[in-house]
Amino acid sequence: MDIVHFADVLWLARWPILKGIGVTLSISLLAICCGTVLGVGVGLALTYARAPLRWIVRGYTDFIRGTPVLVLVLASYYVLGTIGLDLGPFQAGILALAVFCSSHVGEIVRGALQSIPKGQTEAAKAIGLTFPQTFAYVLGPQALRQVLPAWVNTAAEMVKASTLLSIIGVAELLLRTQELISRTFMSLEFYFFAGFLYFVINYAIERFGRYVERKMAVPS
Amino acid sequence: MPDNLLEIRNLHKSYGEVEVLKGVDCSMKQGDVVSIIGSSGSGKTTMLRCINMLEEFQGGSISIDGQEIGYEMVGGQRRRKKEKEIARQRALTGMAFQQFNLFPHMSAVHNVMLGLVKVKKLDRDEARTIALKWLDRVGLLARADHFPGQLSGGQQQRVAIARAIAMNPRLMLFDEVTSALDPELVNEVLQVIKTLAQDGMSMLLVTHEMRFAYEVSNRVIFMNQGLIGEEGNPRDMFHKPQSERLAEFLKTSSFS
Repeated sequence: MDIVHFADVLWLARWPILKGIGVTLSISLLAICCGTVLGVGVGLALTYARAPLRWIVRGYTDFIRGTPVLVLVLASYYVLGTIGLDLGPFQAGILALAVFCSSHVGEIVRGALQSIPKGQTEAAKAIGLTFPQTFAYVLGPQALRQVLPAWVNTAAEMVKASTLLSIIGVAELLLRTQELISRTFMSLEFYFFAGFLYFVINYAIERFGRYVERKMAVPS
Repeated sequence: MPDNLLEIRNLHKSYGEVEVLKGVDCSMKQGDVVSIIGSSGSGKTTMLRCINMLEEFQGGSISIDGQEIGYEMVGGQRRRKKEKEIARQRALTGMAFQQFNLFPHMSAVHNVMLGLVKVKKLDRDEARTIALKWLDRVGLLARADHFPGQLSGGQQQRVAIARAIAMNPRLMLFDEVTSALDPELVNEVLQVIKTLAQDGMSMLLVTHEMRFAYEVSNRVIFMNQGLIGEEGNPRDMFHKPQSERLAEFLKTSSFS
């Protein structure tokens, strides 16, 4: 039957698909990591930096958040080359996604830090903590707990956004799938299968986030 | 050693155009328990917060043990001291807040330990021993591993007091510490403060508990519109107020 036939085709196509998954996972992981590191910096600047720097960073986040990811991906691949920064599709794609991720993480971090009552900082000051200490032991850990759900959401968004790199020729899961479809003409089956794989990845991220949230929950 | 533990001279503080402290002079000796009373907006909390630099002030000086707090004169210019120095000076005083401000992500004992480990640089075992000793003193040894969210308001405030006092400050500042508490929880906190006073801790309290101020302090300061309206021993202040403003204030407050 059809299912058996598809299973056969799928078995033959296992290597391209696995490679595609590998590339999708590496893109997502790198973009999330770089974007998070950058985003924490952005969030700190939005919350604590003095006026000129804060305005610049505010402009950066607003601009990036107001731009479609696809445009960022294309710009990073095609435009950066014209100014002498020649990146391969993989690097350009990760750069675009990391920048996109950083603006979202930055906003999440800012929101979390600003929602911590002022009394926390005052209490920390009152026992003689310096600002870096206050951040490390009082504000940071509280912000982290608040950031987590939104951050997991952003991470899942990044996995989905990684499909856009197929446009600039990065052989991630979607592009591999499309190649297989053009060879086998089994579009419905392969798109379903790819969709299912994306779902599995994101579901795993979500479960992991829940797990960490539970681990870090403060008893009350 | 200067004789005064705390010396405030001509303290001026404004928020933009609004002047909230208009030249306050005040001093305290080691072991003094001083209550500051007055209607809201009279500047009492602001004055307390200036003492540990939670508020900046524009004029005058505050010193603890002869050490100028917060500002220094550099080439004739008044300048804010370095943040590190200010942080160190803040450890000279301990403060308890109206809203407790315990760190919600740490257990009671870790709340008390934080300053001991990070500011006093004690090792964790030593810090833990001191923290547990103070939690015991405020009657909460059994709750040492509870988180703030698991404690009542009165218990949280007692942990907050233990956190401040474990740092062994020269002076304790209490900022309306019972105002956010349910009436039945007020007493347990006042009891803790009373014990500390009996142990000879120097304390400055902003309070609305007139009966308590009367019982616990050896001096009372009445603040009125950014200035010290009247000060003296509690007996005179409460029974023979000199100024009309104080007499009026006492009449409207619950003291009888």
